[in-house]
Amino acid sequence: MHEYAIEMRGITKTFPGVIANDKVNLSVRNQEIHALLGENGAGKSTLMSILFGAYSADSGTILINGEEVEIKNPNVATALGIGMVHQHFKLVQNYTVTENIVLGMEPRRGQMLDLKKARSEVAALSARYGLAVDPDAKIEDISVSQQQRVEILKTLYRSAQIIIFDEPTAVLTPQEIDELIEIIVKLKDEGKTIVLITHKLREIKAVADRCTVLRRGKYIGTVEVADVSEGDLAEMMVGRAVRFEIDKPEQESGDVVLKLENVSVKDHLGLEKVSNLTLDVHSGEVVGIAGVDGNGQSELLGAITGLLPLSGGEIYINDRPIGGLTIRERIEAGLGYTPEDRQRYGLVADFTIAENAVLKNYYHPRYTGRFGILNDQAMHDEAKTLIEQFDIRAGEGSHTKAGSLSGGNQQKVIVAREISLKPKVLIVAQPTRGLDVGAIEYIRKRIIEERSRGQAILLVSFELDEIMNLCDRIATISKGTIVAVNRSDEVTERDIGMMMAGSRMKESV
Amino acid sequence: MKKQDAWLQSDGAVSVLVVLLGFLVGTILVALVGKNPLNMYKAILQALSGYNIDNGKMNVRYIGETLNYSVPFILCGLSMGFANRVGLFNIGGEGQYIMGMTVAQIIALLGPQIPVLHWLLALLGAMLIGAVWGGVVGILKAKYEVSEVVSTIMLNYVALYLSRIICLQLPGATTYRTASYPETALITNVFFQKITKNSLLNNGIFFMILAVVAFWFIMEKTSLGYGMRATGFNKEAARASGIPVVRSISISMAISGIFAGLAGGIIALGSFKYGRVIAGMDNYGFDGIAVALVGNSTALGTTLAGMLFGLLKNAQALMQAKQIPKEITFIIQGLIVIFIALRSALRIYKEYLDKRRLQKEVGL
Repeated sequence: MHEYAIEMRGITKTFPGVIANDKVNLSVRNQEIHALLGENGAGKSTLMSILFGAYSADSGTILINGEEVEIKNPNVATALGIGMVHQHFKLVQNYTVTENIVLGMEPRRGQMLDLKKARSEVAALSARYGLAVDPDAKIEDISVSQQQRVEILKTLYRSAQIIIFDEPTAVLTPQEIDELIEIIVKLKDEGKTIVLITHKLREIKAVADRCTVLRRGKYIGTVEVADVSEGDLAEMMVGRAVRFEIDKPEQESGDVVLKLENVSVKDHLGLEKVSNLTLDVHSGEVVGIAGVDGNGQSELLGAITGLLPLSGGEIYINDRPIGGLTIRERIEAGLGYTPEDRQRYGLVADFTIAENAVLKNYYHPRYTGRFGILNDQAMHDEAKTLIEQFDIRAGEGSHTKAGSLSGGNQQKVIVAREISLKPKVLIVAQPTRGLDVGAIEYIRKRIIEERSRGQAILLVSFELDEIMNLCDRIATISKGTIVAVNRSDEVTERDIGMMMAGSRMKESV
Repeated sequence: MKKQDAWLQSDGAVSVLVVLLGFLVGTILVALVGKNPLNMYKAILQALSGYNIDNGKMNVRYIGETLNYSVPFILCGLSMGFANRVGLFNIGGEGQYIMGMTVAQIIALLGPQIPVLHWLLALLGAMLIGAVWGGVVGILKAKYEVSEVVSTIMLNYVALYLSRIICLQLPGATTYRTASYPETALITNVFFQKITKNSLLNNGIFFMILAVVAFWFIMEKTSLGYGMRATGFNKEAARASGIPVVRSISISMAISGIFAGLAGGIIALGSFKYGRVIAGMDNYGFDGIAVALVGNSTALGTTLAGMLFGLLKNAQALMQAKQIPKEITFIIQGLIVIFIALRSALRIYKEYLDKRRLQKEVGL
């Protein structure tokens, strides 16, 4: 067997106006777990798409097991034993696990589909690699982590020797991440070669043998993971020293600003997702809601912001009940909100930064004059101030369409708008999801600054280290109720994880 | 490459390109059926400028007629376009148009015969019923999530038969017409008649111009329009930002209805001297959909597109006189709409490419 399973040499790929890969090298040894590290937009996905045949490189050569190959399309990649577990699963929702796995290369008996044979093959594969999943379950009925296993099984069914994982942990809970890491190690032990695309340093330290770093389309280097620290990797990725810990000065919190009292919320199907939830947020403190996705966080946020009706209890801002108010009235009452799904709820992509900057207060006399005429000048002035204050990188300044901004800058626009409205309480949902390291640092810093200015902040995040880092108090949520509220200096990440996991175990019984 | 991209991104430029393409294919079709395409362009030129290239004679009447034909196209285009900007698909322009026509006829026949006030009242009535006919759809959509596509289609038929029932009760009604209007109900403009050699061009054009300006002003310049545009682009974000989405949708449909209702009123009082008991639809409301598509649902674009449609309609008779089948104008219109639809596909593809490119781009 050749030493290297994959060798990509001098790969260059350009898109109109941007060089996605600039003479990038990648050498992956046989039977190793090789991490491909880089920020969003560093060129990781492009490089892997070239390897998988989705794009063709402008120049450069690819060798698989020492032989030069031309990978024109994904079918060629599959024939070469390359499989890819995509970040966004490519599964047919109302097909069974077996049907999805064999789709495209179904075993036949004559002209008939031999589902029995398919099923037993799938069962055998899943037993061999420890990928427990019910072959007869429909995709829509199984969890995200199980769907990911189906994707892995799909590559194995196609006899993949090299398996590329594209940001596999982005959709998983901490426990599921541990399970996935076990699966990946098991795959390696069974002789597979693994490429892991990620920007999460901890996972690289936990599982990878070697790591190749890309930055802005360029090849930075390949290192033995055991020889470097997380900090070293981060520096290679970003190009400068990165600080993970955030200075959070000790400070006394003030009066209760946001008060949730026995709040119950039903989702749009009428199922109760939040039950009798009670929680206070004081001025000058960050309260975090830690929990596995789907334990009522979205519904709770909906009820606070007014997108969903309360089915019980009351919400107060400074002792004023807001449960019966319209969304606009709540905003007027001092509610700031940076939503979890920022492109859907936070921004109008076709609007300019100026128009987005006043999305919540465009009707104020400052922006709307007599006869309802909008004051364009005032809108752009406000946007320019925000662009400057929040370091928003926009090609055409306040005239830039929000949709053309990078994710980090979109989030900055939202955060800038919400902070500039000077709310009494700021609800921050998944503020750094999908952002690159620089933007994450910046957004977290801003949150702490707001805390220092006496803002009451409620943070909902699935990233435990974010919760641990930013919060004064942590409320662990499970099945729509708060399991416990702890001071962040009195608990460990492990404790919180246990509380989340403990209730999950109860749930699964 | 870059330059081409910028060009593609300009919706206006693409519309022009699409129209030219429509004409090009139309020309080829005319040639294929063995006619001289030049005659088609002669007819169009004459409809546009009044100049007859064959005998060198000028007849300004054609200019007046082209403008007059454009009025309902433009108004119905505005009707479709306004709703479209708020994210709605108003197929109900036809129904709103019919109701506007019907009410204008009622007021024309039964209203007070005071000069100016009479027809003014009739047009206001037409706008009002249009607002109601559209507004109901808006409220149903905004409050109860009734698809506006379904409810407007239904209301088109309700309007058609209701109009017939009502108009049969009007003075002097036969199966196809009512008594003639009193003079005071007509919106004829003597000055226009004089300078355009008795074309049907009438006071309706002033209302059309007002409507275009109102469309632009409300949509682009006011905070009401801001809320509507936000709703049209991203309803969820608009709602989460406290924009009264229900109000935006209801008001926009009502305004939409005003435009179409006004078109009905203008046709009723300007193109006819008696009320019609209609048995079928005039289709201006439906043509408005195409007009708005070609005009990108903007005030200026819709005006230009409406004038193009008016021009083609006026050119039909001239074409027939030159042995060019008049149906070719419908084919050209159809082609333009198809190419516009392709443009949307092109734009979606472009957006997809942009997105891919942005994902790749270094996290600026």
